[in-house]
Amino acid sequence: MMTIIEKVRACALATLAMSLMCVGNEVSAEEAAAARPPAPSLSRPTTPHQLVDARGFIRRWLVLEPMPHNGPLTESAVQASLEAAPLASLVAVPREGDVVDLHGGLKWHAVDTVRYNVNLYHFAWALSKPTSNVVFWAVTTVDSPRDMNGVRLAIGSNAASHWWLNGERVIAIYDDRQTVIDDGVSKRLDLKKGRNVIVAAVVNGGGATDFCARFLDENDQPITGLTVSLQSP
Amino acid sequence: MFVRCSPTMAKNERAAPMFHRFSKFALVALIGFSAPVSALDGNPRMHDPSTIIVHEGRFYSYGTGQGLPISVSDDGWTWRREGSLMSAVPGGKPGPETLARGGNNTWAPDVIRLGDKYFVYYSAPGEQPKSAIGLLVGRTLDPKSPDYKWEDAGPVVWSDGIEDCNAIDPGVFLDPTDGRLWLTYGSYFGYIRLVELDPKTGLRRYPKREPVNIAINSEASIIIYRDGWYYLLVTHGSCCRGATSTYNIRMGRSRKVTGPYLDNMGIDMLEGGGKLFAGSRGRQIGPGHFGLLDLGDDVQKFSLHYEADLDRGGISVLEIQPLLWRDGWPIAGENFVAGTYTIESARTGTVLELAVQGIPVGGFRPRRLGPPPSTGGPPPEPPPAPAIPDQVAEDVSMNWPAGDVDLRLAPAMLQAQQKWTITPVANAGGYPGSPYFKITVAGTERALAATAEGELIAVRTFSGTPEQLWRIDQLTDGTYRVMPKSVPGSKEALALSAVGSSMPTLAKFDPKSDRQRWHIRVP
Repeated sequence: MMTIIEKVRACALATLAMSLMCVGNEVSAEEAAAARPPAPSLSRPTTPHQLVDARGFIRRWLVLEPMPHNGPLTESAVQASLEAAPLASLVAVPREGDVVDLHGGLKWHAVDTVRYNVNLYHFAWALSKPTSNVVFWAVTTVDSPRDMNGVRLAIGSNAASHWWLNGERVIAIYDDRQTVIDDGVSKRLDLKKGRNVIVAAVVNGGGATDFCARFLDENDQPITGLTVSLQSP
Repeated sequence: MFVRCSPTMAKNERAAPMFHRFSKFALVALIGFSAPVSALDGNPRMHDPSTIIVHEGRFYSYGTGQGLPISVSDDGWTWRREGSLMSAVPGGKPGPETLARGGNNTWAPDVIRLGDKYFVYYSAPGEQPKSAIGLLVGRTLDPKSPDYKWEDAGPVVWSDGIEDCNAIDPGVFLDPTDGRLWLTYGSYFGYIRLVELDPKTGLRRYPKREPVNIAINSEASIIIYRDGWYYLLVTHGSCCRGATSTYNIRMGRSRKVTGPYLDNMGIDMLEGGGKLFAGSRGRQIGPGHFGLLDLGDDVQKFSLHYEADLDRGGISVLEIQPLLWRDGWPIAGENFVAGTYTIESARTGTVLELAVQGIPVGGFRPRRLGPPPSTGGPPPEPPPAPAIPDQVAEDVSMNWPAGDVDLRLAPAMLQAQQKWTITPVANAGGYPGSPYFKITVAGTERALAATAEGELIAVRTFSGTPEQLWRIDQLTDGTYRVMPKSVPGSKEALALSAVGSSMPTLAKFDPKSDRQRWHIRVP
């Protein structure tokens, strides 16, 4: 497993464009953005709703442009960083293009991922935003056709992350870690009939960063048939 | 050649110092500071136990002695005597034909359930090797049941005192592949023999056929089956001599129930072969009389007796131990030993810990970014690196929450919140072979507990309630299943389970999955 430092080093050597981002700002953000293609694994949603995929993964999210994280990925440092941004209690879903009045203004972007995971590195790099020592906030809503008891939210994240369902924190994992499917799993919880809001905060140290999320049933099997949208309850 | 002589055994037992059973507290104190959990609680006095059989939730075993004494346990851990089988037989002794073929002794029975009947096969030796094996038939094992009675069905097999066999020590085997019923028997005077039985009557299916010889110069034979192999387990060595007994359990295997049974070196048990299954260990000497206790869900145990338990005045005692399997052979496992451990998920490779921020063992150290710059000469000799002392809870727990704390799984780092002390609990009952345990963070009283939601939590102090008592069974692959005695508000049996990579929970045990399998390691 690559350490943060190794990942940063690899990142710095990868491409000229990446090195510009990783080691300095020798061109303006506008120039860099203009030079960069869109994120290859992400696209802008074109439909109002989307089903979770065959393995239950939620592939539509609103992602906020990254904000800085100062410190390691330990429990206390991550908590301090997330408490500084009062987004955890989101129960109303922002609209695409809304701007959060933090760090000079951070914009929400709606994305569909072509894979099971949301590649935050692609996301930020395409926007010419930093990818190291940052916090990504993401939000989505899941429509459940009925009340489901005893289910679990199951996520993987690179790296540390906190997750909230309908305003209650249900997962917190720390340290430098890869995205492993079902790495962090909530205790049993109830998914209510109708719209449920999921908020995630993913904290990255350096290098690649991404996340995935799905719900598991009482037998730890993926729940399919849920509808994802980006609309408030 | 060794000769079974039960009266000598009885003398030995009478001559042994009076056994004063430890109080449970004393026993637990002993367990807590020494290591192995000693053989069973209550009154485990036993010689030549039958295979343990479960009837209406109780565990039964019958042994050598006057009238075939009955041992009963409500949980498989604490045992008591409850009369004898022969007291429920008309006449109170073997029937006349059995007496004529053998003699008026009652030794070493075995028991099996077939349909709504129980068959008890027992040894009725006369002047050995003139012996017989009799059959009792009943419909319940519960002496308090109005239906409780045993009927003598006569002798099944016998030896005439001249032939190369001593017809004692029956071992009954129902072949799971075809439903055929078999009986092995014999003791030292020549061969261990095999005959087929009629599952409807319990008597010989083909009485005119010659028995099949399958082993020699041993006793206490019994067959078990697994994955296409028949295993013949027998006892070698001498019994009935207290702490100088040399009893030990050996085995061979065959693709056919009728043999040949070869050991791991290819030696036929008819020529004295036999791979060691269980020998003396520690203060328990002379294991013999294997019996399979299959509890399902990949939990197998075996019963046996030790000729001498030095912690109980040297009497012979019943014991129940885990049965493991490796490379196609059964292995005698050990009951769980008190100590301090890490609890590692076989599913994830991560360990159970309190959900608190850990502190690196040895403190925080800056990361080394590479070798020092070259000065042209040979690199300086690095200074000696002293050992880093173990981290203990007292040194790092000042910032832990005062109340209940969640659990999680994390990479093993030997930090204080990852080390668990597992201790048997007095007066809390148990399960086959073992008492319940408490599981606390080492150096603290923070105890692992099940919640009403079927989750886990570490409570501030251990109170002894059922959700804080843990059953630890070793599975056949050597990993462990860890279960609370009960979950509040639930009748379902749940086991410690890894869900995903980082979360422990409680879930119904699935023997096909690694989620509920745990390595319990000495840190």
